[in-house]
Amino acid sequence: MDPKLKKTKDSSSNSANSPDSTHSSFPFPDEVLERVLSLLHSHKDRSSVSLVCKDWYNAERWTRTKLFIGNCYSVSPEIVARRFPRIKSVTLKGKPRFSDFNLVPQYWGADVHSWLVMFAKVYPFLEELRLKRMTLSDESLKFLATSFPGFKALSLLSCDGFSTDGLKAIATHCKNLTELDIQENGIDDFGGGWLSCFSENCSSLEVLNFASLSSDVSFDALEKLVRRCKSLRILKVNKSISLDQLQQLLVQAPQLIELGTGSFQQELTPRQYEDLETAFSKCKNLQTLSGLWEATSLHLPVLYAACASLTFLNLSYATLRSDELAKLVAHSPNLRRLWVLDTVEDKGLETVGSSCPLLEELRVYPADPFELDLHHGVTEAGFLAVSHGCRKLHYVLYFCRQMTNAAVATIVQNCPDFTHFRLCIMNPGEPDYLTNEPMDEAFGAVVKTCTNLQRLAVSGLLTDLTFEYIGRYAKNLETLSVAFAGSSDRGMQCVLQGCPKLRKLEIRDSPFGNAALLSGVEKYETMRSLWMSACNVTMSACRLLAKDMPRLNVEVMRDEGSDDRQADKVYVYRSVAGPRRDAPPFVLTL
Amino acid sequence: MEKGVAYDNDMNLKATELRLGLPGTDESQKEYSSFVKSNKRSSEEMDSSCNEEECAPAPKALVVGWPPVRSYRKNVLQQQQKKSDSDVSGMYVKVSMDGAPYLRKIDIKVYKNYPDLLIALENMFKCSMGVYSEREGYNGSEYAPTYEDKDGDWMLVGDVPWDMFVTSCKRLRIMKGSEAKGLGCQ
Repeated sequence: MDPKLKKTKDSSSNSANSPDSTHSSFPFPDEVLERVLSLLHSHKDRSSVSLVCKDWYNAERWTRTKLFIGNCYSVSPEIVARRFPRIKSVTLKGKPRFSDFNLVPQYWGADVHSWLVMFAKVYPFLEELRLKRMTLSDESLKFLATSFPGFKALSLLSCDGFSTDGLKAIATHCKNLTELDIQENGIDDFGGGWLSCFSENCSSLEVLNFASLSSDVSFDALEKLVRRCKSLRILKVNKSISLDQLQQLLVQAPQLIELGTGSFQQELTPRQYEDLETAFSKCKNLQTLSGLWEATSLHLPVLYAACASLTFLNLSYATLRSDELAKLVAHSPNLRRLWVLDTVEDKGLETVGSSCPLLEELRVYPADPFELDLHHGVTEAGFLAVSHGCRKLHYVLYFCRQMTNAAVATIVQNCPDFTHFRLCIMNPGEPDYLTNEPMDEAFGAVVKTCTNLQRLAVSGLLTDLTFEYIGRYAKNLETLSVAFAGSSDRGMQCVLQGCPKLRKLEIRDSPFGNAALLSGVEKYETMRSLWMSACNVTMSACRLLAKDMPRLNVEVMRDEGSDDRQADKVYVYRSVAGPRRDAPPFVLTL
Repeated sequence: MEKGVAYDNDMNLKATELRLGLPGTDESQKEYSSFVKSNKRSSEEMDSSCNEEECAPAPKALVVGWPPVRSYRKNVLQQQQKKSDSDVSGMYVKVSMDGAPYLRKIDIKVYKNYPDLLIALENMFKCSMGVYSEREGYNGSEYAPTYEDKDGDWMLVGDVPWDMFVTSCKRLRIMKGSEAKGLGCQ
């Protein structure tokens, strides 16, 4: 790479910087500055660097190779193309997070195609594309596969609009593919034939994750692929792969660092069982284990030998009982992250507390989210037990049906380092079940004690007091999720006025209205986005906001049969690209 | 839409009152989104509440997108639920005993292991089956427990791990000890 070929210097940009210079005003030649800046990877740092002066802005834009765009509508492909000439890796996020829960209609947008067209023109050497909550068609995937000869890594999380036909194109045309990571997307699965499209020469795969696809793949093709790809470190197969097939794969790839099993239920002969056990014991580098669909106590013991090195165990698709979990975690003393279903109950969580002193992250998902019966799942007792034994806990996602203020207060006393606290009491508006009081004091304790809190999701019966606490104490809070909470506009106002680092605020079914919305007029440009649905906001307030703040996009979606004046779903986000031009008819841009 | 619930003699008009929920449940039970002015309900719930009335189980999925579980995860777990729904309702198998005039039925899911099952069978049929051994089976006992597996073969109870037995057992037969001698216990 020859630095002299790259650009023409704008001399006026230099003279402004230093009055008494005879040569380049800046002490460092460009080459040195760029060398230094090319070592910077964090996009936040790069943002800061670009604001220092014009020279640094230029040096930064020439050395940036990784692009991170948290909201695809905050900027346009043209603007990006003008500013950054040398991008090799792109991360793009699209729809608002509540689209994961069906709150955003289909065809809302976030289509990646216009971005791909720009990339093909300006970044022909693009190597990596990571999309989250974007829409992409099979045509887009074909375009991607055939437009970038050096393309290496594709990661799709929570995306929609494509099918396995698009994956065929990727497997067929991307000769240097190192990563194919397809997670939890709403796609049409027309069969597993895509896996057979990898050419027999393809041996570069390092990451292959097709766990969330349902159809059978050709085991023969998979086995040969795994055997050829000696650098394979992450393999997550889908349910169609049986236990004895898994054994054959493991024998080919004992170097795996992350493994997602297929179905964990099969009648095995004693010999097969032994072979499987041996195969697992040979995986000395295994750090992450997931999959385990339909796992029962019959086959879990084959894992024990591999558990010693595990740092992340994802059991969130295995309906394990407390005793089954107990045995697993007893063999896994090095766990840092654990995801389980609430079938393990409080008893199971107690064993986690006693077996995993290094635990940093716990997620407890509901096995039956719509079950109203209180006798299933976990309670405050399980959470308390984990907090007693795992003092390093800093990330929690906990779905439960009952909680108390006292329990949460004790939990954060035990674990004051929470950075992510997401508590979901599943019955909306549920009070402290012992005292019948609102859960205000619980979240008050969280924000007062956990000074490093970055992300908070609240639930249960909550008054404005919760939000007063949040505004007053949560000085590092970046993301706040609110549902069925608060008593008046004041609640939301406290948050908008009090949390200096707030970037994402998502609210549903809460009594916040126009006064609350408009109190944040000056705040929203410092944030990535605001979502409010089923609140008390009207169209007139939204129009006012849109009029006052031209650099905010204010979008409204109305529900069927609702009053013309109601703004049922409001999405506000900052943008340098102006209102979006691809909005479908049901999205009103104000 | 007046479907008669049980007719009380004293014209209990409350019983014929249209409302959601099981008959006899307290009217003041918690309402979702009671403090949000527009009661948004998912359309699936609207249909079921109109057609199934009080006899339906408590309505599920009252609110769109709540609890906040991603669709992918919801679908996967729903599929698993369907599979294991048979687990929830119990695993009743017929039990016959040689010489007994009629059969019984037991729920094998209720037992945690072989000894529990054998004791229950011994009590139910007033017989003795002794202790299982891999080599001898139930040799020496008056009776021996056998079962028909998924393939239709008659097997001796106790050979395979308990969990495997539970999923493959279709019916039980308590055989006379003298006849059971031929069942692969060599």
